[in-house]
Amino acid sequence: MDFKLKIWRQKNAQAKGSFRTYPVSDVSPEMSFLEMIDYLNKQIIESGGEPITFEQDCREGICGSCGLYINGRPHGPMRRTTTCELHMREFSDGETIVIEPWRSKAFPVIKDLVVDRSSFERVMHAGGFISVDTGSAAEANSLPVSKHNSDKAFDAAACIGCGACVAACKNSSAVLFAAAKIAQYALIPQGKAEAKERVDRMVKQMDTEGFGYCSNTYGCEFDCPKGISVDFIALMNREFFSSKLCKQIPGKYTRKV
Amino acid sequence: MQKLDSKIPDGPLADKWKNYKAGLRLVSPANKKKIEIIVVGTGLAGSAAASSLGELGYKVKVFCFQDSPRRAHSVAAQGGINAAKNYRNDNDSVYRLFHDMIKGGDYRAREANVYRAAEVSNDVIDHFTALGVPFARDYGGTLDTRSFGGVQVSRTFYAKGQTGQQCLLGTYSSLNRQIAKGTVKMYPRRDMLDIVIIDGKTRGIITRNLLTGEIERHSAHAVVLATGGYGTVFYLSTLGLGSNASAAWSAFKKGAFFANPSFIQIHPTSIPVLNDYQCKLTLMSESLRNDGRVWVPKQKGDKRHPVEIPEDERDYYLERRYPAFGNLVPRDVASRAAKERCDAGYGVGDTGLSVYLDFKDAIAKQGEDKIRDKYGNLFEMYEKITGINPYRQPMRIYPAGHYTMGGLWVDYNLMTTIPGLFAIGESNFSDHGANRLGASSLMQCCGDGYFILPNTISDYLADDIRTGKIPEEDKEFEKAEKNVSDRIKRIMSVKGKQTASSFHKRLGKIMWDHCGMRRDAEGLKKGMELLKELEKEFWSDICIPGSDRELNQELEKALKVADFFEVGRLMCEDALQREESCGAHFREEHQTETGEAKRDDSKFAFVGAWEFQGQDARPKLHREELEFKYVELKERSYK
Ligand SMILES: Cc1cc2nc3c(=O)[nH]c(=O)nc-3n(C[C@H](O)[C@H](O)[C@H](O)COP(=O)(O)OP(=O)(O)OC[C@H]3O[C@@H](n4cnc5c(N)ncnc54)[C@H](O)[C@@H]3O)c2cc1C
Ligand code: SF4
Ligand code: FES
Repeated sequence: MDFKLKIWRQKNAQAKGSFRTYPVSDVSPEMSFLEMIDYLNKQIIESGGEPITFEQDCREGICGSCGLYINGRPHGPMRRTTTCELHMREFSDGETIVIEPWRSKAFPVIKDLVVDRSSFERVMHAGGFISVDTGSAAEANSLPVSKHNSDKAFDAAACIGCGACVAACKNSSAVLFAAAKIAQYALIPQGKAEAKERVDRMVKQMDTEGFGYCSNTYGCEFDCPKGISVDFIALMNREFFSSKLCKQIPGKYTRKV
Repeated sequence: MQKLDSKIPDGPLADKWKNYKAGLRLVSPANKKKIEIIVVGTGLAGSAAASSLGELGYKVKVFCFQDSPRRAHSVAAQGGINAAKNYRNDNDSVYRLFHDMIKGGDYRAREANVYRAAEVSNDVIDHFTALGVPFARDYGGTLDTRSFGGVQVSRTFYAKGQTGQQCLLGTYSSLNRQIAKGTVKMYPRRDMLDIVIIDGKTRGIITRNLLTGEIERHSAHAVVLATGGYGTVFYLSTLGLGSNASAAWSAFKKGAFFANPSFIQIHPTSIPVLNDYQCKLTLMSESLRNDGRVWVPKQKGDKRHPVEIPEDERDYYLERRYPAFGNLVPRDVASRAAKERCDAGYGVGDTGLSVYLDFKDAIAKQGEDKIRDKYGNLFEMYEKITGINPYRQPMRIYPAGHYTMGGLWVDYNLMTTIPGLFAIGESNFSDHGANRLGASSLMQCCGDGYFILPNTISDYLADDIRTGKIPEEDKEFEKAEKNVSDRIKRIMSVKGKQTASSFHKRLGKIMWDHCGMRRDAEGLKKGMELLKELEKEFWSDICIPGSDRELNQELEKALKVADFFEVGRLMCEDALQREESCGAHFREEHQTETGEAKRDDSKFAFVGAWEFQGQDARPKLHREELEFKYVELKERSYK
């Protein structure tokens, strides 16, 4: 197969980037998308150029490192598929493929296709945990958790932190990412004790980082490679509003982390 | 010469850890605040250790090469995590878990360490549950378990086929809590390139900031390596592409002994190589062998579609050869059996290098929904990669490089031979002998990080309460920094024609062919020669575009490959020295009449720990004799 690749090149965070076009030929349909870029990079390096920089590690859709904006969609055309799981058999011979980094104020470009997602980290620092010290846990089966809720919590916890939801959203909102964590803990008894402060702090941190508001267009769910459901956003909103109501009682929920 | 002292405490096996721990010294809360600890690695081992040390009140600095600690390769573990809870009432116990691991490791691990790992396994499950890790549950709300290879009880806790991800997100959440509190400072996007030793004690590390290329000094009172495995030495493996040996290797070159480097597990069920541009193999969890049946056609070169091959023309070779364990034999046995069938000409697929893993019977018996519930994400992953729907036709699988039982030698305190340098998780050698049983690595990583290291490191640090901050201006830091900078300069200045990946690929092939699933003296020697030649070519023809003062992924790769040449040679050296077959280490010269591994306990019941002797000198072998007081050494039979 032959393709024309239009790829975003940007030397560093300060530089102004632009698209460059690269023809690639003899691509096998069995190659994954990133193997195809490896193949192109090898040719670029061997002819004295600088390879395209992109992020990756596991190449099996679980670490959340990779993430390219392909033909106007985060992670490309296939639903529930990360960039590294995408294969060239999904494209047609001769096609022009446009490849860009995530675009969001909260994810500044570092180089070529690599962006800085540390804003996600800070949202997690704000409340993405249950406060329990090593050694203080009770016997695991002493607290039964309904299978239904536990399975739902798992579905929420399957988020890989890739940032596609932000890239897919016209407001660059990170609510699907945050809601997944908030919902995971809100659904199980272990997470209840600090549920209200958690949602409060994580939402505040999203604002601070410059992520936009949610206007319910659901582009995030559509492009999320793990199929994280927007139902979790509704759950988060419920948590958030009830946390606001409880805030009226002074001092009651102002425990330190 | 340093004497290898494993520091295994006296007393009955079951009381060793309890009594030893009670005697360990403590550091007072006020003094902990003055003590800094570096943890390199944020996988299960590293993030568990760092968060626990932070909770205790130490000042912790944590490093990883990814942009976030959540992306450490522990995230990719699929099948599960063991614990001796005996929730199924199937007569499981700490002793039985210990025994299974010792036997599974083919009697090449330390009894005391393995027992301790089994002992703390239950605490790990309790802690994860409290952290909100969504393990699979039964309808009554209690935790579910499943069986895994090499054992006859059901003790593996799981979260679909994403157990590693869920456990890692658990340790990551504890880490985040400490980062928010300010006890832990996170340094992502750093490659650790050297350790710094001052007056005989480990006092810091040298890192390269992967965004700016800056070489940085970081000091501390002790350093913990939790840098994972080096299966990427085979190029094609189930590890993440950034996985490396470099951190452990830099410690080796500074005097830390490297134990059993050739003990490397080849996992039986990976998706086979599909094209020539592949740089990574994807694992299909061992848990699939609970319900999947492995077979090849009875007829050589049978090219029929698998669903057209009738039942009586299929050879379920694991069930045939090992009736007691069937498809659930340990990994080393299953891998060799697959290779044996393929080498004999019965393999399937275009290359003849794969076998079938079939769910037809399980689906017929349990229904597609039940199978989807258990393995949904794995089946999906398989279909995405191969384009084949495994609910309709069998998967094709083949063995792939997976897990390194070998690693930095540590004593009972998890300290290496360099004072103040600790190694935990997959980066050390301690608990899996010559073969790891499924679901026991996550267990060991978490046990090391949460429950063992925090105690033993405190005992070590009790001597450091008056030391004060370690100055980064010390001449040892300067020297180490210069070493690193010189090496980078040297590699950048080659300006050759070939890429780091193309060298890595060739190196991997040498290792796979000469130091892989089956080894012999001649092949190992040949492998070492080939590595030497290729290494020479590398240092005269490696091409790294761009500069070292920016984000430069080619430089990152090249530095790792450069170390793999040396690691590969040590692996061959170790495999050559071990004139027996045990676990994953199979020497053609040492097998039984039926082709099983033949151990030689009279000569090789030891840990082979290698000491660096200089760049071009042969490393020196030290032996730590293994004593077995609680298990009887037997031929490992799964028949
Ligand atoms: C596909 C797969 C499936 C598996 N399934 C299971 C399973 O079901 N059950 C089980 O028990 N085990 C399983 N294992 C094994 C298990 O996952 C690993 O052994 C374990 O997770 C290793 O954890 P770790 O903390 O030691 O290292 P890792 O999780 O590999 O983490 C290594 C850390 O070190 C950092 N690092 C490495 N080198 C450097 C450097 N030079 N500089 C700075 N930082 C560095 C990395 O950034 C990372 O944070 C599986 C392994 C694989 C590959
Ligand atoms: S919610 Fe989905 S798209 Fe967003 S970070 Fe998580 S996995 Fe990625
Ligand atoms: S590389 Fe890990 S999700 Fe794509």
